[in-house]
Amino acid sequence: MIAHDSPPNAEQRVLLNGEEHRTHAPSLLELVSDYTQTPLSDDGRTADGSALGIAVAVDGAVAPRGRWASTPVRDGTVVEVLTAKKGG
Amino acid sequence: MVTVDAALPTEPYAHDADDVLVVAGRRYTSRLIMGTGGAASLESLEHALVASGTQLTTVAMRRYAPGDGISLFDVITRNGIEVLPNTAGCFTAREAVLTAELAREALETNLVKLEVIADDRTLLPDPIELVDATARLVASGFDVMAYTNDDPIIARRLEQAGAAAVMPLGAPIGTGLGILNPHNIAAIAANAEVPVIIDAGIGTASDAALAMELGCDGVLLATAVTRAERPAVMARAFRSAVEGGRLALQGGRIPRRHEALASSPVEGRPDL
Repeated sequence: MIAHDSPPNAEQRVLLNGEEHRTHAPSLLELVSDYTQTPLSDDGRTADGSALGIAVAVDGAVAPRGRWASTPVRDGTVVEVLTAKKGG
Repeated sequence: MVTVDAALPTEPYAHDADDVLVVAGRRYTSRLIMGTGGAASLESLEHALVASGTQLTTVAMRRYAPGDGISLFDVITRNGIEVLPNTAGCFTAREAVLTAELAREALETNLVKLEVIADDRTLLPDPIELVDATARLVASGFDVMAYTNDDPIIARRLEQAGAAAVMPLGAPIGTGLGILNPHNIAAIAANAEVPVIIDAGIGTASDAALAMELGCDGVLLATAVTRAERPAVMARAFRSAVEGGRLALQGGRIPRRHEALASSPVEGRPDL
């Protein structure tokens, strides 16, 4: 059971990829799953075990996918969701 | 009657199957590393990547956007090409280290093309931050391919810091000016014990061939292909140029002379 500062379904406002985003997601796992519209297992991987090709930083630090499920979403959290784009 | 030497190799490297590029234990038969920046579409990019014969291709780490369609990662990997994340856009060692960590998490590779640039105008590497970031990433288990200036001493410092490859620029990013300081590039290649890969500034095929003739182990380029009129044709040209330059280095060029030297014999010349 994950401890929350707020009730599980309370609306939180986070800064997601530079934009204010309102969410009821209790954990980072649900937030990422909603944002990418991809069902995720508790280990942060897709049903076929692939890694989704994205990485998440929370308040300026890497949040490994294995910890998404145990990372609560709090008001004011800064979340960056990154993927590979053309470059270099 | 003219006869063809039966021992003539019919394809590049046929004489030496072990002539491969090795970066941190990874083996590549292609010495051309491609970038993906500037490509007009994923379709044209894919054609160019295939035409180039590359086995390693860079990507940048940027914000995911909801509704992002077929991913660049899929386009690269479905062609059997390994992905090389970069830290483009980072100005400090701190940013570059975090970006590399995010790339490792997203793409599940510990290989990174480390870029730490000084400013947005020159896009030149900041050597102080670069050496610092290299040491930190190596300590965290990364295989660092360090994009650097054409300075032999900084190249040596990067190698001492544990870089898996040193990647000096030929000219500033995107300029297509070719190799501005061939003397320094040759010095870097001659002194390094890790692979030296020319990175940035390549404009056309002859620039890539020159890099290889100077002793570089590989060539990394993007703009010269992605912004060419016909990217796939240019990619094929670079493939040939890199192979040609490598063979020319191995073939051993003749010394430069200041006076003509007849290639036909003087002996037996008739009185006419």
